[in-house]
Amino acid sequence: MSRFRIPGKGRVDHAAPVSFTFDGKTYRGLRGDTVASALLANGVHLMGRSFKYHRPRGAVSAGSEEPNALIGTSRGAGRFEPNTRATVQELRAGLVTESQNKWPSLSFDIGAVNDRAYMLFSAGFYYKTFMWPKSFWDKIYEPVIRGAAGLGKSPTEADPDHYASRYLHTDVLVIGAGPAGIAAALAAAQSGADVTLVDENPEMGGSLLSDPAVQIDGRPAWDWVDAQLGRLRAAGVRLMTRTTAIGYYHQNMVGLCQRLTDHLDTPPKGAPRERMWRVRAGQVVLAQGALEKPLVFDGNDRPGVMLAGAAQTYLHKYGVKVGDTPAVITSHDSAYYAAFDLADSGARVAAIIDTRDAVRPDLLDGARLRGIEVLSGHTVTTTRGRLRVKSVRAAPMRGTHVGTGRDIACDCLLMSGGWTPSLHLFSHTKGSLAWDGQTFLPDRKTEACEIAGAGRGLWGYADVLADGAAAGLRALEGLGRAGHPAGFRVANDRPGTGASHTELPTDGNPGKARAFIDFQNDVTAKDIRLAVREGMRSIEHVKRYTTNGMATDQGKMSNINGLMIAADALGKQPPQVGLTTFRPPYTPTSFGAFCGYLRGETFQLTRKTPIDGWAEANGAVFEPVAQWRRAWYFPRAGEDMHAAVLRECKATRASLGIFDASTLGKIEVAGPDAVEFMNRMYTNPWTKLAPGRCRYGLLLGEDGFIRDDGVIGRLSPDLFHVTTTTGGAARVLTMMEDYLQTEWPELDVWLTSTTEQWATVALNGPNALAMLKPLVQGVNWDDFPHMSCAECTVAGLPARLFRLSFTGEVGFEVNVPARHGLTLWTALMEAGKPYDITPYGTETMHVLRAEKGYIIVGQDTDGTVTPADAGLDWAVGKAKKDFVGKRSLSRPDIVAKGRKQLVGLLTEDGSLLQEGAQIVLDPDQPKPMKMVGHVTSSYHSTLGHPIAMAVIEGGFDRMGETVFIPMPDGVRKARVTSTVFYDPDNTRLKA
Amino acid sequence: MLLIHCPYCEDSLPELEFAYAGEAHIARPADPSTLSDEEWRDFLFIRTNARGPHYERWRHISCGRFFNALRDTVSDRFLMTYKAGQPRPQLNEAAE
Repeated sequence: MSRFRIPGKGRVDHAAPVSFTFDGKTYRGLRGDTVASALLANGVHLMGRSFKYHRPRGAVSAGSEEPNALIGTSRGAGRFEPNTRATVQELRAGLVTESQNKWPSLSFDIGAVNDRAYMLFSAGFYYKTFMWPKSFWDKIYEPVIRGAAGLGKSPTEADPDHYASRYLHTDVLVIGAGPAGIAAALAAAQSGADVTLVDENPEMGGSLLSDPAVQIDGRPAWDWVDAQLGRLRAAGVRLMTRTTAIGYYHQNMVGLCQRLTDHLDTPPKGAPRERMWRVRAGQVVLAQGALEKPLVFDGNDRPGVMLAGAAQTYLHKYGVKVGDTPAVITSHDSAYYAAFDLADSGARVAAIIDTRDAVRPDLLDGARLRGIEVLSGHTVTTTRGRLRVKSVRAAPMRGTHVGTGRDIACDCLLMSGGWTPSLHLFSHTKGSLAWDGQTFLPDRKTEACEIAGAGRGLWGYADVLADGAAAGLRALEGLGRAGHPAGFRVANDRPGTGASHTELPTDGNPGKARAFIDFQNDVTAKDIRLAVREGMRSIEHVKRYTTNGMATDQGKMSNINGLMIAADALGKQPPQVGLTTFRPPYTPTSFGAFCGYLRGETFQLTRKTPIDGWAEANGAVFEPVAQWRRAWYFPRAGEDMHAAVLRECKATRASLGIFDASTLGKIEVAGPDAVEFMNRMYTNPWTKLAPGRCRYGLLLGEDGFIRDDGVIGRLSPDLFHVTTTTGGAARVLTMMEDYLQTEWPELDVWLTSTTEQWATVALNGPNALAMLKPLVQGVNWDDFPHMSCAECTVAGLPARLFRLSFTGEVGFEVNVPARHGLTLWTALMEAGKPYDITPYGTETMHVLRAEKGYIIVGQDTDGTVTPADAGLDWAVGKAKKDFVGKRSLSRPDIVAKGRKQLVGLLTEDGSLLQEGAQIVLDPDQPKPMKMVGHVTSSYHSTLGHPIAMAVIEGGFDRMGETVFIPMPDGVRKARVTSTVFYDPDNTRLKA
Repeated sequence: MLLIHCPYCEDSLPELEFAYAGEAHIARPADPSTLSDEEWRDFLFIRTNARGPHYERWRHISCGRFFNALRDTVSDRFLMTYKAGQPRPQLNEAAE
């Protein structure tokens, strides 16, 4: 039996010991323990060190608000998690845990020198200490800060666990299964409504689990809880434990994170670790209760100093006495009950120090009965003890004055500064708050929700139960249903009130007082006052300057204390200063839970063409393009990418290449007004384009910048087959739909996405025509020049045949229904054998098009490039009265001199430029240099030297000039040329 | 996550199905060539940027239709949605 465990007491299983390690040492706890309760049972209070000063710290709470006891937990490779709250992590067999922010050990830590140098680390120290000399920044400050920063160690391996996601629609969602939540769920469930009750703890019951002496309807609290949970289950209420409501979003959507396996010795194979629920609720009842507030006094952070309510929870839920001789400092009645319960369990309570002058007579009687000294009108002025509190100094207090104190020996100190309603979820909805003189309470609601119990400032079980039942009924009424009000008889109730304080006075040097508000971020009362002195007026500025409330507990304990002190320093009332905004998630939530299934191969869908399988079987290397996976190149044995691409390029130029172009976006524009619609959308004129012919189309935004391009065939007077870039298909269709639906609804046009209906195979090379001809039926070859199209059959398959080229060679694109794509491909491969047909991938496609100066929208253009900038003025139908973007082409900025224009670049030394590299006119100018453009495309080519394209200011007027590209290994020189590097007269196209 | 009412589907559906499409009731001029540079600039770029009720366009990706909405940019609440081409409703109509 562990030294501080009380035999038979608590909700832990005394017959089921569980072994675990903390910092390498093996401890024994019990099934049902948390890491914190098991360590406390073994007399271990020191559980970690603080972030900034590395001060020794112990668990201050018993719940998810814990700021101090953060540990790393581990379950083998990839399953290490930092910053787990020891007060929440359930014990499991073989659990490995370690403390944080310490070196070399928890009890002796070098970083604690920060604590001696605390004057350097006051509020805003980030902004002050490291300002000068400037030269120190790179070499000294930044490495040191980076080394010291970070809470816990990041895991380095991929997370092998998986995470689930679910949606849920429910009539009433009750958050928090304490007395108010249970009463609300009982009320809501009586009419047949679908009710869901969630709680972040492993067991439902809330504060009743820490108050077993309370009796409800004649039953002890725990029996009552069991009975009510049974009733709820029987009524079909969904009960979810270990489930944290992390965020409250619009229209009653609540995010729930359910922890499924972290408490299990051996998780079932394949079980998800966590599940994220997205719940849409008709009505929400917030019954989250209240969080106990620490008192702010010198030395309030020593291990052994903890919240009184936490000590009561460790006693009743876990059967753990947090010390043999506790002292109590309180400004609220509730701490008396913790003291009484500990005394009744064998602890010798050293004293109850109450900041208030008047104490309720029944509490004084209770203390007298147990032989506990009560020091009313007193405060704790300081504490002593290095790794564990060993004494406190109690002194009489009148306002900010303290009288002569005396030291009281103790081995722990229980504190209570009153209770703060848990407003986090309510604040997520932007509900407004009202100040009641001591704390903020929920006020005006923005969602269909009710707030019940301690969450709206009520205290005492009778009041809380009645309030929960009423909230449940109101939720039912909100759904248009009715129920009967329920009453509860409560005996041994524990009502209470309290007083509120700023920092308590000290009898030592006030300048040296270390009275902590935010334990995790080491923010003291002095830091808040300093921030106000240095000019911070808004609570948001005070927060950021001091980092108060910015730790992983998000100010659950520190916000109200920080506000009270800031308001006092500013000479204002707290509501005038205001509270900082609570944001989701309520408690730290794993990335895995947010990602759910969307990781690895299922991160997003992968689109594959009908020919993808053939490419894979034939050794293609793939690259992602938008959501498609495309064959990048087809290496043969011993070839690297460079060699494979050069071979593919040369084979296409010399004889015949074949390319899977199925990813091209395709849109059918059909209807009597199709040609008018095309005239308005695209820059080009379409009226005179005869059926059976195609044309390069250029699409602008209304701002005159290039949005997309592609070859468009007119199959009949009222039918256009539009192609778009691979990545732009959906965007172009949306843009077309927008104009058709909202600007020109009078046009009789239908738009249909046909990208996935057609498989598209491109054939290019001097032998393309000879090879294809015998396979085609229904085309008059005497009238099928470059830029023609026809509906016909190819290899016996129904097809739309386009004669066009993206390589500069004679070229065709054969479209067949997608289901025939692979058949077509294999037929063409077979028919192409005599011509050494060579499959090529996207890299060769890029090289061949770049040799011809054909642009790729989105690579050679970036959303600031006009047709003129790209040298595509010829594609603009200037005689047309209007088209999308036309008016912008005469805007002053668009016709101004010095715009960046698309040109070719050839390096002087024959080296390959890097895409994205910046271009300057004078490499010797002082830094920062004037950059005049950048490289947009750069490739090795079939021409014996690399080629590049670039946008350069006034580029068209710089033909033949030399520009400079500074790179880490030296400055490259390049000559400005035309973008057409190969066959500028198009003789090969016409062959 | 918001639920948005598509006036064509006549159903309230999760915002994941919708895409924002800019301020509403800014018609493309019938003949842009008659506009001065300043007028064209205003059409292209100048927006209300309302704090509070804002007339705006949305697209229901699932059915493909563009429609208009009146949304409060402070509370992020949809006050009403209506079909493209319908006149701009007054604020008091939305409240009903």
